[in-house]
Amino acid sequence: MFAKLLLYLQYPFVQYALIVGTLIALCSSLLGVTLVLKRFSFIGDGLSHVAFGAMAAASVLRLSDSMALVLPVTVLCAVLLLRAGQNTRIQGDASIAILSVGALAIGYLLMHLYPVSSNVSGDVCSTLFGSTSILTLTRGEVWACVILSVLSIAAFALFYHKIFAVTFDESFARATGTDARLYNLVIAVMIAVMIVLAMNLVGSLLISALVIFPALSAMRLFRSFRAVTICSACLSVCCTLCGMLTAVAASTPVGATIVAVDMAAFALFCAAGALRDA
Amino acid sequence: MAQLTCQDLSLGYEGREILGHLSFSVQAGDYLCIVGENGSGKTTLMKTILGLHAPLRGQIITGDGLKQNEIGYLPQQTPVQRDFPASVREIVLSGCQGRCGLRPFYTRAEKRLAADNMEKLGLSPLAGRCYRELSGGQQQRVLLARALCATQKLLLLDEPVSGLDPKVTAELYQLIADLNARDGITVIMISHDISAALRYASHILHIGDRVFFGARDEYPKSGLFRPKGA
Ligand SMILES: Nc1ncnc2c1ncn2[C@@H]1O[C@H](COP(=O)(O)OP(=O)(O)OP(=O)(O)O)[C@@H](O)[C@H]1O
Ligand SMILES: [Mg+2]
Repeated sequence: MFAKLLLYLQYPFVQYALIVGTLIALCSSLLGVTLVLKRFSFIGDGLSHVAFGAMAAASVLRLSDSMALVLPVTVLCAVLLLRAGQNTRIQGDASIAILSVGALAIGYLLMHLYPVSSNVSGDVCSTLFGSTSILTLTRGEVWACVILSVLSIAAFALFYHKIFAVTFDESFARATGTDARLYNLVIAVMIAVMIVLAMNLVGSLLISALVIFPALSAMRLFRSFRAVTICSACLSVCCTLCGMLTAVAASTPVGATIVAVDMAAFALFCAAGALRDA
Repeated sequence: MAQLTCQDLSLGYEGREILGHLSFSVQAGDYLCIVGENGSGKTTLMKTILGLHAPLRGQIITGDGLKQNEIGYLPQQTPVQRDFPASVREIVLSGCQGRCGLRPFYTRAEKRLAADNMEKLGLSPLAGRCYRELSGGQQQRVLLARALCATQKLLLLDEPVSGLDPKVTAELYQLIADLNARDGITVIMISHDISAALRYASHILHIGDRVFFGARDEYPKSGLFRPKGA
């Protein structure tokens, strides 16, 4: 099996997949901490369904570059959801639910009505669960992923202190002259970009796992924002690499394998946290 | 010109008025204490001054070149989630965020300011500790240190001493009085401790069914103030 792995690692598409996977893991885990702490986990989930709907529309329209449609639609929805969430809590929740199941249903319907290939359920499955899409990226897609994730990571580094301030206590930040609205917008756009990227890696149904598990694991062990952010980034990269290598070697679905590794790490961190507190 | 003027202000939620026709002004260097019963609208007034809540009618005028990012604020309750991982140092430093504008990182001066404020409030030994693992009084001091980082001019405190022990309470009152007298920071404080208000404040605003605003010495004559036991 090890020899098989070494053989596969010679192929450029496997190398690309590993690079892109690492970057996406980094992006998603950095934002994951904020997402969990701001109680936005739900928005992430809703947006991933929107991205699925947009992806379905893109494939029905036979767009050569689906990201050109999926990215703007997801960013737009992220901004709209954030607006709705700011007005009243309950309405915000409801609008996310409506958007998320609506997009899921419409996406599936579109793929059924205008099938692109003979294997509709295969297509649906690969969009929902990623399956092998990370291994079949075109050169252009690889570059798009690399550029977008590097931009996201840079934006996170630049806005780190501001993200902390609006995540920890938004009303204090607003009261003392921080433009909380602007930074919430930045966060929403970054989340949308990250979700579109992560769809390639794990598919739209499993994105939440990729975002939430590393952050929750890190929060079991660490007690400061910086430590949690760094730990969740490292953990996410490790788990993703592990998962991808396992998937390549054992021919299992990439997304599901990564999530399984993430879950194992979460269990490990929980146990470590419990041991330490005991 | 006054640093802060409220003109014919009406406060409330969703169109329901809880306090009407409030007018008062605060000069730079004043120490204003806001007193009144539970639910009379003190916190609402403070949030309105801070721009977190829109007034129903009337307006708030700031003068002396007071900018939003020169205000420090200690909330009555912070809706911090139970599981938020944040160290004391990170939180105190986040008080400097308002003055950063678009600059992404803190300057060395800001880090020193945060360290000084932690020292002032006796938080230095706790700097690396997790906020949610502190006692209520310690948390209150962390938030006060954060508020001090945010301002050179105006400090708004919503019941700063609730949950503090008598020793720390006395120290805190002294600290606030010093900030007011020595550093010239204007203080607006909500408190239920009328005797302390009469001791330290320069002005009193009493809100409720009847409203009083004036210098501290006028307050006992207003008939709203009943000394303990009377
Ligand atoms: N978010 C809200 N929505 C609707 N009504 C509110 C809201 N917050 C407060 N109120 C109402 O406004 C009134 C004033 O509340 P406020 O918090 O300003 O009182 P307070 O004077 O600060 O009281 P306390 O001494 O208990 O802190 C109360 O009657 C309260 O029920
Ligand atoms: Mg109050």
